[in-house]
Amino acid sequence: MRWIWIDAFTEFVPKERATAVKNVTLAEEYLHDHFPGYPVLPPSLMIEGMAQTAGILVGEAADFREKVILAKIRVASFDDYPVPGDQVAYQAEIEHIDEAAASINGTILRNGHKIGTVSLMFSHADQATVDLGLPEHNFVFNDQFMDLLNTYRIKAAAKPA
Amino acid sequence: MALSREDIFSRVKEVMVEALGVDDDEVTESATLSGDLGAESIDYLDIVFRLERDFSIKIPRGELFPDEVLNNPEYVDNGKLTDVGLKKLQEAMPHADLSGFASDPDVARMPEFFTVGTIVNYVERKLAA
Repeated sequence: MRWIWIDAFTEFVPKERATAVKNVTLAEEYLHDHFPGYPVLPPSLMIEGMAQTAGILVGEAADFREKVILAKIRVASFDDYPVPGDQVAYQAEIEHIDEAAASINGTILRNGHKIGTVSLMFSHADQATVDLGLPEHNFVFNDQFMDLLNTYRIKAAAKPA
Repeated sequence: MALSREDIFSRVKEVMVEALGVDDDEVTESATLSGDLGAESIDYLDIVFRLERDFSIKIPRGELFPDEVLNNPEYVDNGKLTDVGLKKLQEAMPHADLSGFASDPDVARMPEFFTVGTIVNYVERKLAA
């Protein structure tokens, strides 16, 4: 299994906002344990989905030069669980970004209806005043993440004006 | 109309409650951010972002929390700020009362001198500028 919790971007406005969707399917192993007979997408994975959506948005703002690390979950509140067959949308908006960090506000939709709010902070790891001992290369934005954004860009470019 | 110190404190208190998840009665002017309110390093950035938004001010990096002085080996000897370092810190933090720190400028003690009141002082000066 790959650690990627969004399927596609449907909107990407650099330095401002992005929306990514995930289709929940019973083919995903963990749903059979969460919970047996009552499969629901765990809130922790919705936070991860928002972090991946927003993390790419924040990373792109600095042309992927920074190692963008999820540093703080400011708010995470959910009113409902997505189930197999549902489409989840992660809408992320940059609230603040500077050389050291970024904050985003996010809304989670289930089949178009709001079910959650997540606000996150990301740190630009290389700007930390303490040496975190991280590798030199940018391990955050791997090919899977870059492919997601590239696919969106190709689709957007192919769309008739 | 200029905000009174009381108004500023009230808004700073809201910022602390939201950023640190503390109860509002814990947020007094003398409460230290790290020791009393449990702030960690990322929380300091969160607080800066929220102060900028709520007071419509710009806080340049290192102005409210001048960690660059404390982390600069040029100003630190054996874990203590040198005389030059202490002077730099006092210049960088006119919003903080560092009188108790000067007698034993152990860098590890610095968080004891960073209180909610320090932030209120900073915002007050910033709005008056």
